[in-house]
Amino acid sequence: MRVRLLTFGVLREMAGLSDETVELKEGATVGELIEILRGRTSNDSTGNGADEGIWRSLAVAVNREYSSLAEVLREGDEVALLPPVSGGCSSYGECGER
Amino acid sequence: MSNEVGKVEIVDAAIAAGEIVAAMKAGADGAVCVFDGIVRDNTRGRRTLYLDYEAYREMALEQMRGLAAEAVARFGVRDVAMVHRLGRLMVGETSVLIVVASAHRAAAFEACRWLIDSLKKTVPIWKRETFADGAVWAAGEPFPEELAVHPRGDAE
Repeated sequence: MRVRLLTFGVLREMAGLSDETVELKEGATVGELIEILRGRTSNDSTGNGADEGIWRSLAVAVNREYSSLAEVLREGDEVALLPPVSGGCSSYGECGER
Repeated sequence: MSNEVGKVEIVDAAIAAGEIVAAMKAGADGAVCVFDGIVRDNTRGRRTLYLDYEAYREMALEQMRGLAAEAVARFGVRDVAMVHRLGRLMVGETSVLIVVASAHRAAAFEACRWLIDSLKKTVPIWKRETFADGAVWAAGEPFPEELAVHPRGDAE
């Protein structure tokens, strides 16, 4: 089966990741997809030191809803890898504070 | 009165804060609380030139609508407007505007604070910050525990 992968922010710029269609075995979970993508990026020598940390801090959305590692994917699902969000006003943890 | 919460939008052009605030006022309101998030000229002393915002647009809009509806239900405020801008923003420009209209001020303040805090944790929007001496994707706040995924082998 195939799912549509979307990447955002710092993840989109990681070597080995892009917005693409990914072929998976039937019944694959979100966790299995992440392991595949993670294996792909760690094989790339252009990665920087921040890459491993991002896998610990991301969230995943399936069809625009927050998901979990155990969720079973289906043909045609839209799977988005979301680094920690930073909308709003200025930088990390701040909105004119401090 | 409609059950729909007020204006929830993601826009690509300047946010007309004054007009949005004026349009939110109704006879039953005793307070309108406004949060106007603007681009600061520095991050921890490093001089900021501009910010580029991007979003998972459809999901971000759904999340913002959900937050607005939850704020009305949770704090008992009359209405909420929430607008986020994407693209390149210069210092001083509004990136996010939150307006809460309510009969009483306490609920308006609480709802407004809860909305911006929640937006910054759960709405899929990211910004790349360009400084006088380089550029980085801003480090976001950690996802709430129930939203983060923790791939195997990463136990702390």
